[in-house]
Amino acid sequence: MSAISTEELVTTIGLEIHVELKTATKMFCGCPVGFGGHPNSRVCPVCLGHPGTLPVPNEIAVEYTTKIAMALGCEIAPHSIFHRKNYFYPDMPKNYQISQYDIPIGSHGSVEVEVAGQVHRIGIERVHLEEDTGKSLHVGGGGRIHDAQYSLEDFNRAGTPLVEIVTEPNIADADVAKAFAQDLRSIIEYLGVSDVRMEEGSMRVDANISVAPAGQRGVKLEVKNMNSMRSVHRALLHEEERLKKLVAAGEAIEQATRHWDEKGGSTRPGRTKEFSQDYRYFPEPDLVPIAPAVEWLRQLREELPELPASLRARIVDELGLSPYDASVLTASPKILAFFEEARAVSAGASPKQVANWIANDLAGILAEKGQDVETTTLEPSRLAELVDLVAAGTLSKGLGKKVLAQMIETGKGASQIMSEQGLEQVSDAGALEAVVDQVLDANPDIAARIKAGDEKPFGFIVGAVMRETKGKGNPALINELLRNRLKES
Amino acid sequence: MSELWQLNGSKLAAMVKAKEVSASEVTESVLARLEEVEGSISSFVTKTPEVARQKAKEVDDAIGAGADPGPLAGVPFALKDIICTKGIRSTASSKILESYVPPYSATVAQRLDSAGLPLVGKTNLDEFAMGSSTENSAFFTTKNPWDIERVPGGSSGGSAASVASGQAVWSIGTDTGGSIRQPAALCGVVGVKPTYGLVSRYGLIAFASSLDQAGPFTRDVRDAALMLGQIAGHDRMDSTSLPDAVPDYVGHLQDGIDGLRIGVVTQLAGEGLQEGVRTRFRESVTILEKLGAQIGEVSLPTFEYGIDVYYLIAPAEASANLARYDGVRFGLRVDGKDALEMNSKTRAEGFGPEVKRRIMLGTYALSAGYYDAYYGKAQKARTLIIRDFERAYQDFDLLISPGSPTTAFRFGEKTDDPLTMYLSDICNVPSSLAGAAAMSVPCGLSPDDGLPVGLQFMAKALDEVTMLKAAYAFEQELGFTDKPPSWNAS
Repeated sequence: MSAISTEELVTTIGLEIHVELKTATKMFCGCPVGFGGHPNSRVCPVCLGHPGTLPVPNEIAVEYTTKIAMALGCEIAPHSIFHRKNYFYPDMPKNYQISQYDIPIGSHGSVEVEVAGQVHRIGIERVHLEEDTGKSLHVGGGGRIHDAQYSLEDFNRAGTPLVEIVTEPNIADADVAKAFAQDLRSIIEYLGVSDVRMEEGSMRVDANISVAPAGQRGVKLEVKNMNSMRSVHRALLHEEERLKKLVAAGEAIEQATRHWDEKGGSTRPGRTKEFSQDYRYFPEPDLVPIAPAVEWLRQLREELPELPASLRARIVDELGLSPYDASVLTASPKILAFFEEARAVSAGASPKQVANWIANDLAGILAEKGQDVETTTLEPSRLAELVDLVAAGTLSKGLGKKVLAQMIETGKGASQIMSEQGLEQVSDAGALEAVVDQVLDANPDIAARIKAGDEKPFGFIVGAVMRETKGKGNPALINELLRNRLKES
Repeated sequence: MSELWQLNGSKLAAMVKAKEVSASEVTESVLARLEEVEGSISSFVTKTPEVARQKAKEVDDAIGAGADPGPLAGVPFALKDIICTKGIRSTASSKILESYVPPYSATVAQRLDSAGLPLVGKTNLDEFAMGSSTENSAFFTTKNPWDIERVPGGSSGGSAASVASGQAVWSIGTDTGGSIRQPAALCGVVGVKPTYGLVSRYGLIAFASSLDQAGPFTRDVRDAALMLGQIAGHDRMDSTSLPDAVPDYVGHLQDGIDGLRIGVVTQLAGEGLQEGVRTRFRESVTILEKLGAQIGEVSLPTFEYGIDVYYLIAPAEASANLARYDGVRFGLRVDGKDALEMNSKTRAEGFGPEVKRRIMLGTYALSAGYYDAYYGKAQKARTLIIRDFERAYQDFDLLISPGSPTTAFRFGEKTDDPLTMYLSDICNVPSSLAGAAAMSVPCGLSPDDGLPVGLQFMAKALDEVTMLKAAYAFEQELGFTDKPPSWNAS
């Protein structure tokens, strides 16, 4: 058999995403939902699975799940039921998880994701509601339950409402997978039903990936432990390449779970799935079917907020922003609110200018500090002040960026920094003319080349003038003066 | 002259209310009787005399202050030890919960506590309610007060025996596939399995969630109506609890049964019955006819599959319900080299053989590749049984059968063959599977062995009113006054 080249291989990715709902109380009892806290401080007989206790479903969790399903274009089941998923693990109080099986709340949805100008339709197989488990800490024995010296259990998380979103396995590569996960996070954030914080585990992304020659079915590997959007991307890129090499070399792939190691930048094998776990699903006899009233569903649909895809299109359309700026600004409701507020306060800048500052300059400066627009302490009105100064020509764009960095650093306002450091833009033609002359005199050869029609060194001359003015010269005016001078004689 | 402990609940409650006797006096009388015969009967896993005395005092104080204590106040009761009681150990007669003290009380327990009923103790049962003789208790066997060499039935054997022997005026049991009605029949007392969802399951240590129901054991039908009225009604802690308003059961007892259509179920009244049971059952039919009921026969072929269906569905649910006993959070823990081994060892040591058998049966019935053939098919057959009931209720208001095919059997008689034991609930499982109401009422002593025989009434879901009034009319007409030998011994 001839070897297969890696180019002939097709990658198939499916994602399974868990999202913790931010309801006030747990899925089946009255304990508060929260992150962290003293171990076993948010527990009661019900979420500890004490003998005789019964689950009472949290209606808000059902509502939130229905909203997610609607936002993902799913059909909502008229009668959806809970099942018991049976398996033993010390952090699962009842040793079965109340979940959904053949009739989830939502199914058959889809989401469109744009990557590099191309639209991908990601099918949503199901959206279902279940309860989260507690957390185990296995001490000794390499941190695994087998051979651990002892295991500690914290049930604070046990019973937190958890939504599972399963895509169809029709994601073509790591870029699309990451873009979908980001879009999904953004949609759920707009719905206001979860914190979707990957670092706190309120959003967890697992992937199934297979690689095979076109038209064939590959062996599916499960990739876990991807704790950020970046690691989703890296892990899938890595795994795709690894699998392609193996398949191309004709090596057999064993069905297994692999864990992403962020530091090492590779996946390591988990337990091999010699036999598929039998969860012995059966309908949960302690609960009755979820049967949403048609009127309730209609109302819920009506109350859905405007979602990112629609917001993006509208911003591009109404404000003339680039699709890139629009997608940065709509990535989360907080960023959008930041933009809206800055825009409202701004006296003289266009929405496009405000958008540019946020999507490019501010985002860039914050990223260098490991921060982001969502969590920044910078007030939108402060940014508006800066944008207005630049728009009015009082501050050059270049110095504006430096001022912005200092604003974030010191918490001072743009005008204050500008006046303290005398950064005000020089738009006095007389003063600039003197500098222009001085620069041209110092570079007679270059001046001659430009006059002879060579445009290349023009930028160098502008730069030299800017340097002489310590960046304060109005670039437009410098340009104009230089052009006039070099046209003369 | 009767001792206080010998009187029925409604009578005692009326006396307490009328200040003819204090709740404390009633309670002391019952507690003394409890101690007197406990050595020979062994009804109780845990006795709670101080809890009872405290409650009796509260009732007396309330009455002293001029308050109306309610229609059941001051009359001591016992609870099957599968019902959780806050601060009082609740074992399900299992080694795995031998020292388990619940941090909360079952709704049933709470309601009776609020109604002023002194709790004298927690009664013995087949481990996790799995059995028909109480021989599967991990601790000891309970004896039938009519013949201490025989079983009291099960799984609520302790609850039935305590009421039959005078150790409690009334008690609460649970019925999953006959666990109230069969021991009631074997101990000569009244036992009611209410409609599924009528009584909250919150706090009942689960055996089979789609079947479990708590209900009363009493010495007469009026007490049963009174007690049922107290424990019935919606509970927001149980999602399967029905929202319907609770009717006045006692108020309808004397409505009579003239013209009521009662069907004898062919499949439950023919083969396999002990001769003496058959005799008493036939006489019961005659009595009902005499009272004006229209009796007919009805063949419900699917009832023959009741036991088979029950022994797939109940163990399947049990296999999941009992998974929580893992040594992590409560109950027995047997150490192992890691958490998983600890889990296995705890379960190996904590569960008895019958419980293990049913966990294995249920696990198998739910396994991939077997689900459709076993659990799935059983659910379909369950639907067919429900349809048979619906068909029967087109022509009849109530159905009847013996409460148990035999009278009380001897210890060890059926322990070697689980299937024979399972068959002793043959009359009871169909109404369990249908989630409908049913009860057993004493209908005399069997002429062949002198032991009590029960008559089972089966009613449509939520038609306890018709069932109780028929049982009441029957009881009044029959006038069954026999008592176990120890009753008048003191």
